[in-house]
Amino acid sequence: MTTNEALINYCLRLGDSSLILGQRMSEWCSNGPILEEDIAMSNIALDLFGQARIMLTYAGKIEKKGRTENDLSFKRLEREFLNNLLSERPNGHFGDTVARNFFLSAFSFHLYSALKASADEQISAFAIKSLKEVTYHLRHSAEWIIRLGDGTEESHTKIQDSIENLWEYTEDLFAMNEVDKILIKEKIAIDLNTIKPLWNKTINEILTKATLNQPENSFMQSGSLDGMHSEVLGHLLTEMQFLPRAYPTAKW
Amino acid sequence: MPEAYRKHLQRQISQHAHSEIIGMQPEGNWLLRAPSLRAKVVLLAKIQDEAGHGLYLYSAAETLGKSRTEYLNELRTGKAKYSSIFNYPTLTWADMGAVGWLVDGAAIVNQVSLQRTSYGPYARSMVKICKEESFHQRQGYEIITDMARGSEAQKEMAQDALNRFWWPSIMMFGPHDSDSPNTGNAVKWKIKRATNDELRQSFIDKTVHQAEIIGLTIPDPDLKWNEKRGHYDFGEMDWDEFWRVVKGGGPCSKQRLKHYNDAHNSGEWVRKAAKTYAEKQQLKQDVA
Amino acid sequence: MSNTDSQGPIWEVFIQSKPGLAHKHVGNLHAADKEMALQNARDLYTRRKEGTCIWVVPFDAIVSSTPEDDEAFFEPSNDKAYRTPTHYIMPEGAKHI
Repeated sequence: MTTNEALINYCLRLGDSSLILGQRMSEWCSNGPILEEDIAMSNIALDLFGQARIMLTYAGKIEKKGRTENDLSFKRLEREFLNNLLSERPNGHFGDTVARNFFLSAFSFHLYSALKASADEQISAFAIKSLKEVTYHLRHSAEWIIRLGDGTEESHTKIQDSIENLWEYTEDLFAMNEVDKILIKEKIAIDLNTIKPLWNKTINEILTKATLNQPENSFMQSGSLDGMHSEVLGHLLTEMQFLPRAYPTAKW
Repeated sequence: MPEAYRKHLQRQISQHAHSEIIGMQPEGNWLLRAPSLRAKVVLLAKIQDEAGHGLYLYSAAETLGKSRTEYLNELRTGKAKYSSIFNYPTLTWADMGAVGWLVDGAAIVNQVSLQRTSYGPYARSMVKICKEESFHQRQGYEIITDMARGSEAQKEMAQDALNRFWWPSIMMFGPHDSDSPNTGNAVKWKIKRATNDELRQSFIDKTVHQAEIIGLTIPDPDLKWNEKRGHYDFGEMDWDEFWRVVKGGGPCSKQRLKHYNDAHNSGEWVRKAAKTYAEKQQLKQDVA
Repeated sequence: MSNTDSQGPIWEVFIQSKPGLAHKHVGNLHAADKEMALQNARDLYTRRKEGTCIWVVPFDAIVSSTPEDDEAFFEPSNDKAYRTPTHYIMPEGAKHI
């Protein structure tokens, strides 16, 4: 695998994760628990789509096959998507969404903090811009974790369940393969083992504040790096890709 | 403040707010299927603005001595009305064009005039809304233009969307002045600064030309330029349909209300948790 | 307003549009607590690069004069034109500071 091939793969991981989570967050539009939160969740989705567009455009550019952000979003198949497994998790109830976003934004926060120093200028610029956004996403989701955890008995039980149920998808965030090896050597990517303790610390601090328990690792899901997703991704793509697939030659 | 004036404003502003909130749904219907990433973010930003506008309007309505909760309860129980246009389905992507172009276009004509309404908080929210909405109508017109100039299938979709949304859009301005029981007082009190028929005419005059430019046909055989009046003459609207939809007989009336209620009900535990958490924090602060 | 408010209390929002300028009232919103109020204000009132700093203030904390106060509060200042510079006549040719 060449460095360029590795970099394309890496950009797709970053871009796809933002895209798929953005799509999930848009599902909340007109479904929020209060008008103000509806607006907040749309803002998060808009940030994520913005991130996806940067990374997918860049991936298309260095791939040199003339593929645009739209080709990569709407014309790839299930197994070609490299988003992490957590990003595709269905929204469930508000607590499920908050827990998923909390795990993910804490991860992105530490990842982008480190990627600011990437030897690849585009990745570095992406990290600098996106870090500002995910800092807010982390604050937003962390505050909700605390509110729900330390709210009513019902909300405490619900958010604790959400955390337990999603925990098995968190290990996949830190998976690495040949791509990482190549890019770490070039100082483009980072060793995810270095941010894992930081992520753990963030999670632990907030869960403690929220009077919630951090789950133990038991069976942990994996596979996103090989495009091995859960069944839900196919349905998400079916909906998202409908128009460009139904009218393959149309311009929109 | 005279009681009749207050009541009228409460009704008009809250209906306007409800329309923004329910109006999120027909467009939300295509959000997940937007055909490009640009189209997706633009549509999402637009729907989000509508939520914001609903919120500004509830704020204005709350200054009249009634809480947002009370207004929302009226919406949830079907006691309050919202614009009938949102009880029509959005069946194809071209409808995103038609909604932006026609529905937002009609709303803007109305809202621009309301910037001079006599009640300050309403006028101020209108100024803010008009400023933010300036891109909405363009977004819709851009979609419908691209489709009208696209493939044969896209052009058909665009014309079909215009056919379905034209009459409901011009009915958004409400009944003829002669049949509108509330218009008299509202104009007298300077809440409304132009009558239903005046606003409708202004909208039609502006829109016909836009349709011609992109080669679409407005589905009204009676539509004709009247040199003498300096306006377009147009055909009669189907008032039976109008009143049927106003009274809850629109294709999506039940669906829209149910969607809102489902979201509200699923959020109950979250609102309760936030409230309880806030109370606990307050208690801690009081003790300390 | 009703206490059984499902929407939470009202917070008034003030935004500073540029460093150095005064915070200006822009509207209000509902939120259960102050952090939520602050975040929601950011999401609602600064979507178009409107701000550099946000204040949120509980509506209950604002004390307002009422229309009934108008005469007693504001009319007494009507006849005190000597508080404005135009009340004074400058000698011909004298320059303003």
